Amino acid sequence: MTGENLEASVRPTAITDPGAGRPGAGKTVALFATCINDTMFPQTPKAVVSLLERLGCRVEFPLGQTCCGQMFTNTGFFDEALPTVRRYAEVFAPYDYIVAPSGSCVGSVRDQHPMLAERTGDRSLVERVRAVTARTLDLSEFLVDVLGVTDVGAYFPHRVTYHPTCHSVRVAKVGDRPYRLLQEVRGITVVPLPAADQCCGFGGTFSVKNPDVSVAMGADKAHHVMETGAEFVVTGDNSCLMHIGGVLSRLNSGIRPIHLAEILASTEGAHP
Amino acid sequence: MTRVPKQPTVAVARKRRTPAPPEETFLGMPAFRHGAKNALANTQQRRNLRHATGTIRAKRAAVVGEVADWEGLRRAGEDVKNDVLAHLDSYLVQFEEQFTKAGGTVHWASDADEANRIVTDLVRATGADEVVKVKSMATQEIDLNEALEDAGIAAWETDLAELIVQLGHDRPSHILVPAIHRNRSEVREIFLEEMGRYGTAAPGDISDSPPELAGAARIHLREKFLRAKVAISGANFAVAETGTLVVVESEGNGRMCLTLPETLISVVGIEKILPSVADLEIFLQLLPRSSTGERMNPYTSMWTGGGSGDGPHDVHVVLIDNGRTNALGRLHGRSALRCIRCSACLNICPVYERVGGHAYGSVYPGPIGAVLTPQLRGITSDIDASLPYASSLCGACFEVCPVRIDIPELLVQLRHEVVEKKSHARVPSANQAIFAGASWMMADARRLTAAQKLASAASRILPKSGHLGPLPWPMSKWSNARDLPNPPAESFRDWWKREHEGGRP
Repeated sequence: MTGENLEASVRPTAITDPGAGRPGAGKTVALFATCINDTMFPQTPKAVVSLLERLGCRVEFPLGQTCCGQMFTNTGFFDEALPTVRRYAEVFAPYDYIVAPSGSCVGSVRDQHPMLAERTGDRSLVERVRAVTARTLDLSEFLVDVLGVTDVGAYFPHRVTYHPTCHSVRVAKVGDRPYRLLQEVRGITVVPLPAADQCCGFGGTFSVKNPDVSVAMGADKAHHVMETGAEFVVTGDNSCLMHIGGVLSRLNSGIRPIHLAEILASTEGAHP
Repeated sequence: MTRVPKQPTVAVARKRRTPAPPEETFLGMPAFRHGAKNALANTQQRRNLRHATGTIRAKRAAVVGEVADWEGLRRAGEDVKNDVLAHLDSYLVQFEEQFTKAGGTVHWASDADEANRIVTDLVRATGADEVVKVKSMATQEIDLNEALEDAGIAAWETDLAELIVQLGHDRPSHILVPAIHRNRSEVREIFLEEMGRYGTAAPGDISDSPPELAGAARIHLREKFLRAKVAISGANFAVAETGTLVVVESEGNGRMCLTLPETLISVVGIEKILPSVADLEIFLQLLPRSSTGERMNPYTSMWTGGGSGDGPHDVHVVLIDNGRTNALGRLHGRSALRCIRCSACLNICPVYERVGGHAYGSVYPGPIGAVLTPQLRGITSDIDASLPYASSLCGACFEVCPVRIDIPELLVQLRHEVVEKKSHARVPSANQAIFAGASWMMADARRLTAAQKLASAASRILPKSGHLGPLPWPMSKWSNARDLPNPPAESFRDWWKREHEGGRP
């Protein structure tokens, strides 16, 4: 990554950096909202904007962005996924840091975009895709690895349990970063989730191609969440959360799904 | 397994010698989701599976965790198997030479029918009308027991779980623990009902305690071991350097079969080759720890050819292809042939844990079955085209695979093949139309924005409860059991435009 140089060439440095003295000072972040957040859960990317700006970053949202294409790729529609791969590489090319509030979409970008580009045999596309996908980070990776913070100054006086989504752990490999971020939130009680490493059963189009198995898995996940006595179930992926939350809502469980970013953006006097 | 319906022959009049398996065959099974729906309703099976897979997962995690460099061992296993697959032609010939030199006979079978014919002829030549069997996936794959039954030869399974399955007129539902879907009270009932019809009966007052059940099986089987002139086995490994076959087992039934009879016939997939005896160092660590969760399995039997002295004098191996060269010729698919049948992927799989093995319509169920079976049989039937989709792609299988088969990646590649195959259909499916439309929309942010405006418009007329309850088809696939949040009044990008770009949304 040639961070500072590229940034300087793209964007004239402000005379006074409004983030001065904060961890994100001098860093411009391109927010990849992801299509599901953009369309269904706008509160999550809004929380990312507020969190990153609070930490001193400059946030941009390139309006040409659409989707990582995972739903096409994982269903076997490789040709149909390709326009999203080209679009992603083009839209995010100018940025050093591309940050998304989704381990799954980040995993798809880093893991699948190069494979899809390779299929075209277009070397220049492969190179462009590799360059941009390598700079794509999950929010938790950006906070912990790039900004070097685990205490983001958040306040969230609630009992929560965290479900580590499969693709965030096994594809994007965010590890324990989300836990470390949650542990530092003031007022929070984080309760361990039993059988946390088992899939919730969402699985993208699996949730509608095999709805019975998907719901059987979701029901078990929901029961484990309820066992914790938490008010909120937290993940770094709203897609899985839509499934777990959908089961919890149907059961009138009184447990709310919430994205990690929304907790991290919460402050004294501004929390759910 | 591709059993064809039985031709009405004179065999019809003859009484079966072994318990009949279920009527329905794997051929023509409906797509996975239908089998899965039935399996999910089997509450007893779900409880049995949850208990059994949970126990074995914990055992595996403990014995894998104590190996200093498990990742290094996995990579070593992967490397050896990749070398085998890259040079299978020469290793197989080397194995044949060595096995023959040691006094054994090598047979080659391109498919299940040919393998069954070879084995049946070999058994007939001995004059025997029954065989004892070591647990073997290869013989399950070719449905050897039924081929022998058709020839008037009784094949007796001697592995405890295979015996339970056979006596229960059932099919295996797991690679390693074929009766995993049964609990001990079910086993007791099967033994009481069936054992006496095929040999020594179970004691009438038998309880469901594991020692009593195992005791009844031991007595029932001993009679067959002592009488048998012919044994049939598979093999876990075939060592090219020496022509040695290796069977790894837990109960000692294998050792009985491999040593007592005069004739030994082993049916072995061509991918079971290991280059040298030294390679066993890797695999005899990887296999028991991954499969039964043991540091070392109780019995490891190795034999090299036949000959005089103790043990079988007449020793054969039938090397079967049966679709393996199809997989071998495929860039991604080939890695599935590294599989050593440990079943760690089944035990960790959240889908397998809930539906069990029968729903997969294949002798190889679970994640490995979902990638192996469509390659061995081809993506022609409904069940085989649905298997690559029988996974949430959670990736737990890849994490535990001792030879690092990237099953999620293989599943995605096979899904692509299914899509490609269906794209040649004259009329595009609803699925194709939906994905083509979505692709068009996602190619341009303006189109996505337009779709979001529709969602926002819908949200204004929807009830203010915050979520949507049951909806009509096709949304019912989601909403039958799950609520859906109402779409927001404003998409993120509209908010952004309003707040940051000063533009109208």
